[in-house]
Amino acid sequence: MSALVCVFRRDLLLAIRQGGGPSLGLGFFLIAGTLAAIGLGPEPNLLARAAPGMIWVLALLACLLSLDRMFQADFEDGSLDLLPSASTALPALVLAKILAHWLTTGLPLILGTPVLALLFNLPDDALIMELVSLTIGTPALSLIGGIGAALTVGIRRGGLLLSLLILPLYVPILIFGVGAVEASASGMDPFPHLALLGAASLVSLVLAPLASAAALRLHLS
Amino acid sequence: MFQLANPRRFYDLAQRLEPWVWAIAAILLSYGLYLGLIVSPPDYQQGETVRIMFVHVPAAWIAMMAYSGMAVASISSLIWRHVVADLFAKASAPVGAGFTFLALVTGSLWGRPMWGTYWVWDARLTSVLILFFLYLGYMALWSAIEDQTKAARAAAVLCLVGAINLPIIKFSVDWWNTLHQPASVARLGGPSIHPAILTPLLVMGIAYMVLYLAMVLQRTRIEILEHRLALALAADASRADRDTSTLSHRSAHSPEGAL
Repeated sequence: MSALVCVFRRDLLLAIRQGGGPSLGLGFFLIAGTLAAIGLGPEPNLLARAAPGMIWVLALLACLLSLDRMFQADFEDGSLDLLPSASTALPALVLAKILAHWLTTGLPLILGTPVLALLFNLPDDALIMELVSLTIGTPALSLIGGIGAALTVGIRRGGLLLSLLILPLYVPILIFGVGAVEASASGMDPFPHLALLGAASLVSLVLAPLASAAALRLHLS
Repeated sequence: MFQLANPRRFYDLAQRLEPWVWAIAAILLSYGLYLGLIVSPPDYQQGETVRIMFVHVPAAWIAMMAYSGMAVASISSLIWRHVVADLFAKASAPVGAGFTFLALVTGSLWGRPMWGTYWVWDARLTSVLILFFLYLGYMALWSAIEDQTKAARAAAVLCLVGAINLPIIKFSVDWWNTLHQPASVARLGGPSIHPAILTPLLVMGIAYMVLYLAMVLQRTRIEILEHRLALALAADASRADRDTSTLSHRSAHSPEGAL
């Protein structure tokens, strides 16, 4: 258990104290949102209509950009080689790293969403639903992304490859996440979407650490 | 099946079967095209454009089939560490991607006269497009990792993650589509297909399947050759390495090198 806490604490501290940390992803999220708003034009209704999907897509991309650091830094300084030799199971350690990734990437994005909602003229009730769906869905982004990060560890230009591998797998998360906001905006029950989004997060909670650990092992062997 | 795990045996079998499979594919393909393009009547609603179906629908079938084949090969590769399973999956990916691309292009060409547009975000179109991206990612991962053993296992993990995700993507896209456009675009005019159209479709389906088999057999055989070549080169290089190291070792002890 203590190994888990140790890995988790270490990743969290490194993310916060090293090179900008969580604010980088958040900065990307806000700047890209501004660009999207400029690209779409200043018409308030159009912006409000595009906002739920746009915010989700930007959250996906911001998460993707931070993924390649999940294992790469540890791979470069050699500490990744030590993980499989710990007495704690590798999938559990990977899960601790993924959790730290979510806390330093997913959570700041959720906290930054109200600002984007303001810029996009998103109504308050839609904002609340957006926050709920992001809270349920972003863990799945970190979990699925962890598989991609583990597969591409140690590969040159791995970041580009990572996006090709992972973005198609993000499609269901995007669809259910935006679906919940759209459903509540059109007066329908958003619960089925949220339930499926939660199911996606839970399934990836079970499978992603196993797949990531398998991918890491083959790179370390 | 386990006998085929031996690359040599698979190679020999593939080499013997290959000409026959290609020949059967050619015969079936020409017969199917003859049935589809000349014998079958034009549809009363779609006219002559219905013939696009005969090249389009079987391509979509093979697109799915090739991925399933890769997934099965990936499972056996992860469990039993088959070289042949790895190489079979690697050889299937470009073939599957090709059929997926064919399905997308012919579907788009069919959509132009039928729906008035090359592309709609229909559930089927979207999920096939994502399948195409999965194929691309798989091939990119193979080519990105230099060590072929590692590449094989990484690709197998990715293929299985994609295989689990594919039904979920399909399901989510279906649902997404019905939310946005309740009037779904039906693919075939009615619930039943007339035999005059069904027969050429099935012949084309079998023809594509045999064609896929021929391509994958040949590609797997070539992959086995390349694998063998890489092993031979590596063995050669390590032998040369050993030779030069003993040489330099000797020269260090020789009087000329003792300065």
